[in-house]
Amino acid sequence: MARLNVNPTRMEMKRLKARLTTAIRGHKLLKDKSDEMIRQFSVLIRKNKDLRETVEKGLSDTLSAFTLARALTSSQVLEEALSMPSKSVEITCGSKNIMSVAVPDIQIVESASGDIFPYSFSTITGEADSSITELQKVLKKLIELAEIEKACNMLAVEIEKNKRRVNALEYVMIPQLNETIKYIRMKLEENDRAATTRIMKVKDMIAARELLEKN
Amino acid sequence: MTDRIGIIGDPDSILAFKAIGVETFGVSTGVEAKAYIKEMTQKKFKVIFITERIAMEIEEFLQKYKSMTYPAIIPIPSGEATGFGMNGIRRDMEKAIGADILFRKD
Repeated sequence: MARLNVNPTRMEMKRLKARLTTAIRGHKLLKDKSDEMIRQFSVLIRKNKDLRETVEKGLSDTLSAFTLARALTSSQVLEEALSMPSKSVEITCGSKNIMSVAVPDIQIVESASGDIFPYSFSTITGEADSSITELQKVLKKLIELAEIEKACNMLAVEIEKNKRRVNALEYVMIPQLNETIKYIRMKLEENDRAATTRIMKVKDMIAARELLEKN
Repeated sequence: MTDRIGIIGDPDSILAFKAIGVETFGVSTGVEAKAYIKEMTQKKFKVIFITERIAMEIEEFLQKYKSMTYPAIIPIPSGEATGFGMNGIRRDMEKAIGADILFRKD
């Protein structure tokens, strides 16, 4: 691992040591965050899968029933009947916080009018009625699915990002700092030794000269 | 404050949704769908369902909406499920955990 390009001074070493402490603490925190996110994610993704299975089944049943209904009515009549829905689905969207990821929180607002059929029963076959009632039920699940699936999407992205941060700290930042600190320490010790030997040498030289002058 | 739900797909499959009050946008190609999604995002649609066949065509385009809270763009099957939606779940799982914990066959 390449060490950082810094001057080997005591000041620099002090600074780097502080950075190392921060990096280690950050690494621990991020790792804990990652663990917790994965735990939450695995709960959500299971729910997501179950919900999607139910919805996909319900939807394909309903839509095939609707196709049957369409076959029994002429397309113009049906389109005309459905073109003005008597009520609209309304939702309120907030957001909730899962490990500081803002995931959607969707609530269906029940509209007041009880009758969901926007047409008169005389023009449309009964198959259409039942498939529309069914679809109404599926829609609730569908919206729930939207909420959970989106949360899973976002958590997955966030977990991946977090993993990168943890790895960058663990495998790049921390080794680099350690190596640099070690390098500075060695360099300083080396300088120390060099200074000591130099002083010893000088002392010897002075002593030798004094001896020479005495004689 | 209520928000809007929309559905994008081929006109035949999404007709039924019109009856229950979801706003429908019939398209036949991915290009049209992209244009609608852009427009709907501006018009404060919070949930957009899209039929799997269309979603497959514009998969890359949908990627960039993944990390936003809204709009939630959700692929749904029209008729029989093609497995596209399930694949999405599997991809998320692999991205986050790196292992298959749901679909593994024992």
